[in-house]
Amino acid sequence: MSEFLQLVFSGLTVGAIYALIALGFTLIYNASDVINFAQGDFVMIGGMATVFLMSAGLALPLAALIAVVAAVAVGLLLHRLAIEPARGASPVTLIMITIGASIFIKGMAQIVFDKQFHSLPAFSGDAPIPVGGATLLPQSLWVLGTTLGLVVALYLFLEHTLSGKALLATAANRLAARLVGINVTLILAMAFGLSAAIGALAGVVATPITLTRYDIGTLFALKGFAAAMLGGMGNPVGAVVGGLLIGLLETFGAGYVSSTYKDAVAFLMILFVLFFLPRGLFGGRSVERV
Amino acid sequence: MLTVEAVSSAYGRIIALREVSLEVKAGEIVALVGSNGAGKTTLLRTLSGVQPIKGGRILFEGAPIERLEPHLRVVRGISQSPEGRQVFGPLSVEDNLRLGAYRRQDAGMRGRLDHVFALFPVLAEKRRIAAMSLSGGQQQMLAIGRALMAAPKLLLLDEPSLGLAPLLVDQILAAVRALRAEGITVLLVEQNASAALAIADRGYVLETGRVVMEGSGAALLGDPKVRAAYLGP
Ligand SMILES: Nc1ncnc2c1ncn2[C@@H]1O[C@H](COP(=O)(O)OP(=O)(O)OP(=O)(O)O)[C@@H](O)[C@H]1O
Ligand SMILES: [Mg+2]
Repeated sequence: MSEFLQLVFSGLTVGAIYALIALGFTLIYNASDVINFAQGDFVMIGGMATVFLMSAGLALPLAALIAVVAAVAVGLLLHRLAIEPARGASPVTLIMITIGASIFIKGMAQIVFDKQFHSLPAFSGDAPIPVGGATLLPQSLWVLGTTLGLVVALYLFLEHTLSGKALLATAANRLAARLVGINVTLILAMAFGLSAAIGALAGVVATPITLTRYDIGTLFALKGFAAAMLGGMGNPVGAVVGGLLIGLLETFGAGYVSSTYKDAVAFLMILFVLFFLPRGLFGGRSVERV
Repeated sequence: MLTVEAVSSAYGRIIALREVSLEVKAGEIVALVGSNGAGKTTLLRTLSGVQPIKGGRILFEGAPIERLEPHLRVVRGISQSPEGRQVFGPLSVEDNLRLGAYRRQDAGMRGRLDHVFALFPVLAEKRRIAAMSLSGGQQQMLAIGRALMAAPKLLLLDEPSLGLAPLLVDQILAAVRALRAEGITVLLVEQNASAALAIADRGYVLETGRVVMEGSGAALLGDPKVRAAYLGP
């Protein structure tokens, strides 16, 4: 029982990180039909920049803030320099562009940062909190709390602000959005900025648990993509549930079967969804097979 | 108010508009009729800026607008209720209407919302319901209402009666006439040519991307060639 609970805790913790990455995919996909495979790199930028800024003497909150701002800048540049010039290109082309951008960002990260693994000290110490025979790390609470906070903030933004509504409207019908006077280019830039911020924050809180390195984004993108697909691409609730499920499956697979194939879970899930559940659990807009 | 000068447009190599010229004066209802594929929708899309223009000029209140982004044309006072309704399906009726006023978040919005609800009372009843669960006729009313929320000077209506029951068609056309009485200028595209010409001050007939005839609504209605081509025997 305690082992089971322990796995649930770790599964939910990594799952929450995947959920945030999946939300990033969802936002950009909704605003533009682009599947942004550079999404994982925002996580890396958030973690790595915080590590380097802290080692330069900045306090964690300030370092994290600057890291998030840096990731947002990268997100906006990605939109402006790579996505916007290819406006009207096919979804496949746009996906290729984001994959290329991802490789470029990793290359730059090797130069700006380095090639080593890095970690951050846990924000509130390492003393495990006993819960029902298992233990919960304080950092897990940070991850879960940040995820919850971001999900609520995103919900409030989308449902209760004019800009949020404009984003939803653009996702629902781009032509109609343009006809009512929504500047869809600006909305798309906003989606990239928001996704970058969410990814970077995930990277900041995750780094004490997962470690970080210039190329960690690839795996995160894979997991987040699997989560978004499982939940139904384009569906924010699906993204969160999909993320938590992938986290749990992965952790239980590693705990009860073998940790060798931990990363294969997400990959198998992508194949499973493509073949048997193309609209995902919560019925997103089905993704073209590419 | 609106002057279209030799406007051309194409989808790839398919030329949809060939040097179309027409004029809409302030306070008029102008009907644009023509058979399937004549280019009516393409012209309205070009006026709103969601379809690239290949040549020619569009003057609105004397200023060229053909290079303006679509959202800036909405700011100038042109709004469109597009063919096929194109409502924001998952959003509520009220959200659809509020988004219609995206570029006009002013004190008058509340009043315009009430006005749209007065024009189409069924929308008030269903204000909290997702637009996609409305009937076709109700979605059409929503699309028109959404366009009105921008407080346009010029309203572009693309086939507002398409697929509607005759009673609803009459209701929609009565609404269009009521709008003109309020000072809104209307460019009305219709396949239902007799109904459109009956309420129009003037009309244009479009055929394979060209204007082939123009005149007052009554004159076109009475023209034997128009009758033969678009109004049946
Ligand atoms: N998206 C598109 N891609 C390619 N060709 C198009 C497209 N839309 C329209 N066309 C072509 O452009 C021409 C004009 O079409 P348009 O839709 O403007 O006509 P319409 O007068 O509105 O017709 P309808 O009465 O059927 O609505 C037609 O030949 C049509 O086949
Ligand atoms: Mg048409």
